[in-house]
Amino acid sequence: MRLIRIWPESAHFDFMRFRRFSFPLSAALSVLTVLLLLTHGLNFGIDFKGGTLMELQAKSGQADVAKIRQTAEGFGFGEVEVQEFGTAGGLSLRFPIQAGGEAAQSAVVQKVRDTFGNDYEFRRVETVGPRVSGELVQSGTIGIILSVIAVLFYLWFRFERELAIGAIVGTLHDIVLTVGFFVITRHEFNMTSIAAILTIVGYSLNETVVVFDRTRELMRRYKTMPVTELLNLSINTTMSRTVMTATTTALSLLALVLFGGRAIEGFAQVMLYGVVVCTYSAIFISSPMLIYIGLRSTETVKAPEGKVAPAE
Amino acid sequence: MLRFSKSKIIATMAVILIGLLLAVPSLMGREEREAFQRSLPSWVPSWLIPSRAVVLGLDLQGGSHVLLEVDIPDLLRTQSTTLRDDVRRVLREARVNPQGGIQLNPRGVQIRVPDAGDRDKILPRLRELSQPIGNAVLGQGGGRDLDVAVTPDGLITLTYTDAGINEKVRRAVDQSIEVIRRRIDVTGTTEPSIQRQGADRVLVQVPGLQDPQRLKELLGRTAKLEFRLLGQQGATDVDMLPMRDAGGQKSPVERRVIAEGADLVDAQPAFDSRTNEPIVNFRFNIRGAQRFGQATSENIGRPLAIVLDNEVISAPTIQSAITGGSGQISGRFTVQQAQDLAVLLRAGALPAKLTIVEERTVGPGLGQDSIEAGKKATYVAAVLVMIFMIVTYGLFGLFANVALLVHVGLIFGLMSVLEATLTLPGIAGIVLTIGTAVDSNVLIYERIREEAHAGRSIPSAIQAGFERAFATIVDSNSTMAIAAVILFFLGSGPVRGFAVVFILGILTTVITAVTLTRMMIALWYHWMRPKTLPF
Repeated sequence: MRLIRIWPESAHFDFMRFRRFSFPLSAALSVLTVLLLLTHGLNFGIDFKGGTLMELQAKSGQADVAKIRQTAEGFGFGEVEVQEFGTAGGLSLRFPIQAGGEAAQSAVVQKVRDTFGNDYEFRRVETVGPRVSGELVQSGTIGIILSVIAVLFYLWFRFERELAIGAIVGTLHDIVLTVGFFVITRHEFNMTSIAAILTIVGYSLNETVVVFDRTRELMRRYKTMPVTELLNLSINTTMSRTVMTATTTALSLLALVLFGGRAIEGFAQVMLYGVVVCTYSAIFISSPMLIYIGLRSTETVKAPEGKVAPAE
Repeated sequence: MLRFSKSKIIATMAVILIGLLLAVPSLMGREEREAFQRSLPSWVPSWLIPSRAVVLGLDLQGGSHVLLEVDIPDLLRTQSTTLRDDVRRVLREARVNPQGGIQLNPRGVQIRVPDAGDRDKILPRLRELSQPIGNAVLGQGGGRDLDVAVTPDGLITLTYTDAGINEKVRRAVDQSIEVIRRRIDVTGTTEPSIQRQGADRVLVQVPGLQDPQRLKELLGRTAKLEFRLLGQQGATDVDMLPMRDAGGQKSPVERRVIAEGADLVDAQPAFDSRTNEPIVNFRFNIRGAQRFGQATSENIGRPLAIVLDNEVISAPTIQSAITGGSGQISGRFTVQQAQDLAVLLRAGALPAKLTIVEERTVGPGLGQDSIEAGKKATYVAAVLVMIFMIVTYGLFGLFANVALLVHVGLIFGLMSVLEATLTLPGIAGIVLTIGTAVDSNVLIYERIREEAHAGRSIPSAIQAGFERAFATIVDSNSTMAIAAVILFFLGSGPVRGFAVVFILGILTTVITAVTLTRMMIALWYHWMRPKTLPF
């Protein structure tokens, strides 16, 4: 059997050259994200905004969206979003948070159940009051901040300052571009999205760390090699692993997007995008950053802390 | 050299076997599992065969998740009302008449006693109303729940301290959990989970419940029942309470409570023998029966207000003294309402109103669909990744695939042992780890290939590959673990399920990708003595 070769062993591809494109591109995308975030904001789900989300399934298999919208708008619960989704006859309703505190939210559910209960099956009903949504916003924000801090600490312990800076720039880049994905696609941003972002932080770091582990190893071996060449060599030698892992991860996520069902489709899409972004940033952002930071400024190179298993 | 001692092989296999055995119940359906357990011969000790399956989250098995919060202002109002009664008793016993009666404050009561002599008489007694907080026996905790302050012009304020309020909220949550449990138990729902969450919340999770409306009705009512007399319009000691079926019209009801829900020993739904209307029959305990008997005999001809949650549900005229200790409540109920009221009265009143702050209900249909979709995604992901591994690494890819299957099995095994909950994001986590688990194998194999290319012999290259890749594997897994651990501590419910799977996945990869693969490769090398790498 002839096996596939992902990346030729003797490749000497000049990745560093691409920083002329990747830096402006990423900068532009990041700025665009921030601008769009400020002007359009995120499409917050009920986790963060509060309100009521319902998924209905027509018992007849045929949902009358127009009629539902008309009826639901007549309830006086504010602007209602009605969308078809999933299999035939499926639709979702989203009501904004009701004024009048926590107790006022239940009235929405009751009204909708009373009105459509005969013709529709209620597959999912979620109501989040103002207090809980406020707390979720808080814990989501704390989560992202904490993860960045944890990453900083990890890098501080594990790597030289230059490498750590490169890695943290890469991680921030990936967070920003992931947020950009949410802003542009108008994907609902909820607690699962926070999970996706945190997982992407982990993956992003993972990608960078594998390359930088190699960079550090090569720095010790080739003490006089120019930085650009050293970085290119690091990427070339780890490239087949990078592509392999990105592919297997992407394949699983693809399975999740295609078959995982409506409820995790969104999560899987973001993650799939994240894998692409993380792979890109590890090669074209974090590594070339080191050229500017100046890799050889420190003479002493820390020994790797991970113990190597003794041979038998 | 590339050797794997017999004892090490046995140990590795044993760990994996136990792990997989623990996963078996989760892979069987509930019926299959029970049938299998029945089919076991009696000499097989039950502890030998794992029976615990992974717990499915509400998003997968369907059910209701309702988060309730103790209404603190309401709790304080109730507490302050009780305090007012205590203060009134003190005043009456000391024969002191405050100027303008007793005023209710949001956090206590206040009275105005201009006469210094009167103040000196009542102040020590009022201070006695204050209770120490915490463990009174050991004298720990310090502080008291009530603060008594006096101004020179005679204004006495009794205010609950922050510590006192916290203590009351804590106790209210404990009591609420008890009451909720009793209320839900009567509905016959299976395996409800009722837990304290945070300082002032109760989380109720009921699997399989489709329409939480009845649950919410049962939980949303305080069910504070009081028997009071209807008072005179314009009298001082009355509350104006709404009458049921009177279109919001309010009636004066005396503040004095004759008997209350806590005095009941039983309540049952029934039908009125004359009108055939649904009613609730109740029986008082001895104290309640005495007080009720005395009050009714003294007030024949006057209307008795039956007050439920500050609403007069009916006000029948007392025809004769009711001394038997039992009675009935009518109020134009439906059959369901009478049943619910009886349940609520038997279960007791909540210490304060509970507000629903979050509700999530998933129908069983959606849950089942999610499980099916999750299974399908898992299979497809596994097949795609495994094919890809084989076309890239050949035989070594096959080794990695065996490790991958064991890895997924071990996640299930660990989750069963830890009684972790599998949620829909958890399934997503499993699928994702299928993609990332092989990363460790890839790191090792790529390294082996490089080492072989650099001129090492096969066994030496394999050895070096494992050793040199190990540091990177630890690095790359710990980066993923950072994110997962944070997610575990911050997330709740479904999202936490994702974090659990991810953390377990990271742990099992190290076992499967490093130890198991290494063992397989070592054995392969010893049997085949290959001259080249298979990839």
